Amino acid sequence: MTTFDTIWNNHLVHTGGEGGLHSRDGGPSLIYIDRHLIHEVTSPQAFEGLRISGRKVRRPDLTFATMDHNVPTDNRSLPIIDEVSSTQIQTLVQNCREFGITLFDLGSPDQGIVHIIGPQLGITIPGTTIVCGDSHTSTHGAFGTFAFGIGTSEVEHVLATQCLWIDKPKTFAINITGVRKNPHTVTPKDIILSIIRRIGTAGASGTVIEYRGDTISKLSMDQRMTICNMSIEAGARAGLITPDQTTFDYIKGRRYAPKDAEFDDMVDYWQENLKANRNAHFDKSVSVDISGIAPQVTWGTNPSMTVDVTESIPYPEEFAKGNEGEAKAAVRALDYMDLSPGVHITDVPINRVFIGSCTNSRLDDLVEASLVVKGRRVSPNVRAMVVPGSQQVKLEAERLGLDIVFKEAGFEWRESGCSMCLGMNPDILARGERCASTSNRNFEGRQGVGGRTHLSSPIMAAAAAIEGHFVDVREWL
Amino acid sequence: MEPFRRLKSKAVPLDLVNIDTDQIIPKQFLKLVHKAGYGKYLFYDWRFDSEGKPREDFVLNNAIFNNRQILLTRDNFGSGSSREHAVWAIRDYGFKAIIAPSFADIFFNNCFKNGILPIRLSQQEVKYLFQIIDNAELDINLPSQEIIVTGPGNSRVLKFEVEESKKMLLIEGLDEIGITLHCDSYISEYEERNNTKLPSGDKV
Repeated sequence: MTTFDTIWNNHLVHTGGEGGLHSRDGGPSLIYIDRHLIHEVTSPQAFEGLRISGRKVRRPDLTFATMDHNVPTDNRSLPIIDEVSSTQIQTLVQNCREFGITLFDLGSPDQGIVHIIGPQLGITIPGTTIVCGDSHTSTHGAFGTFAFGIGTSEVEHVLATQCLWIDKPKTFAINITGVRKNPHTVTPKDIILSIIRRIGTAGASGTVIEYRGDTISKLSMDQRMTICNMSIEAGARAGLITPDQTTFDYIKGRRYAPKDAEFDDMVDYWQENLKANRNAHFDKSVSVDISGIAPQVTWGTNPSMTVDVTESIPYPEEFAKGNEGEAKAAVRALDYMDLSPGVHITDVPINRVFIGSCTNSRLDDLVEASLVVKGRRVSPNVRAMVVPGSQQVKLEAERLGLDIVFKEAGFEWRESGCSMCLGMNPDILARGERCASTSNRNFEGRQGVGGRTHLSSPIMAAAAAIEGHFVDVREWL
Repeated sequence: MEPFRRLKSKAVPLDLVNIDTDQIIPKQFLKLVHKAGYGKYLFYDWRFDSEGKPREDFVLNNAIFNNRQILLTRDNFGSGSSREHAVWAIRDYGFKAIIAPSFADIFFNNCFKNGILPIRLSQQEVKYLFQIIDNAELDINLPSQEIIVTGPGNSRVLKFEVEESKKMLLIEGLDEIGITLHCDSYISEYEERNNTKLPSGDKV
């Protein structure tokens, strides 16, 4: 069995038949949800639904909330100027109070992006099912969980029943082989971007990806989270990595994780039951050799539109490889991005830099970015900001003096939140601005109407801030 | 939820692959705390220019496509963000069915929770529909899982697949939470059987 199959079987509540959503052709199964994370944007309508139907939250003790999507990242002591955002934030406070849910609110030292604080607080532990009304819930798969994003109707369903009806996804093994020659400059972000570039944005639709191989085993938890985070960008339902000693060491001692003898028992259980099974059958598999990959930069309006930093922007037909629809999308993307085929990606001037998001705002990411920042200055043509993923990450980074490194170089050092990844708060691109961003989506308008996004790793974005355009950081370290 | 059995309408063609939910409903409209009222923001940045004037070249601004209740599009529709606001906007605008070769998973699920029928057809069938779309009348019959396409001078029947339980939800307009609450004994049994000692949050 695959790790996913084990987790799935452990969480089957009901497989149809009497009283369920039964069906002749298999149909969905009722799955128990161990952890439900909620935030201010996709939950208000779910709570409203509960109130209208007179229902309660079945397991408030398994539900955790924070506010991250539209929170300001500047001075927290000031009132929020955007009234609508403020209402949404207040609504979450009231809902958590009414239904008895633990909330890490704006003033909490544990506030942060929901996918950063879950692992950090030990809420995310191996073998569990985790959902959140956010597609990047796949991040938690780094701990050997089945973690996936859901819509607001499903948020309401989980609040009311602690379960979900799900069609069992297929399994997809991505075997990562090879050793990176430059592990400081060719990063997990480059690995996952190169995978999405290869399999496409719908390449993993209907599947749960299991990332396998020695390369994965050698990554830190922060790095594994970057990879699992972007599983959704390949269309996957979820992505996961079998837990190992690195996972257990990370979890040990965290606030909501099992403690002492209970922890040891759980580790025994995880080692015995979730271990990588070399003979497991997957519905689909692919091998990716990463020994030769270069730093990756996106040029278009979805994360598969990516080139090596050494390459030029492709011609639509070159990108589309015979697919008419993709060629048409590429023409549109070039127009939106105001780019011409044949132009070297390092010749495109950048005027904004964003280091943050649930993909790349953990301590490892900030340390990585700082490697090229120390002793250098942000280009006068660039406005650059660092938005740590959580208040805890911010504090840890400040203990290491990273805030000083970034500020001395001319970066803004912000409070935690989703920030410019999706621009629901005041951190947005102006029309025509071009941003090197460590986030996960380069969709049209994602970071601001008319804004242009190039996705990259933290170290690549940091170097772009210094030079005012992308550079091959392998030449710097 | 409003039941869905049969729908007769012409369709609006949106000829682009990988349309993500950020395009369907841009983030600046995700701040409301209710489910209604999103129709006017559907495809906002494609529909309106920076001054809020309708863009003439966008299909929803073409008068011949007014009041059509079916959206015809290409592969991987609804990719990206899980925001159900995308489906609320589509429903609120007046669409009741979407036809494409493929859909992104979360979006596909969200449709069924809101009385919207997403139909997967083959590449050839979708291509055919795009060719005749301006004048073709579509008659979608969910119970029999077929679409009768009446074009100028001919008609054709296209069969489609839909998973049985999802079909039932739409046809009956069922409240899924209500169904699950009837499974309460199974859930309670599961909770007793799996006293996994999961640590819990502190109460506020």
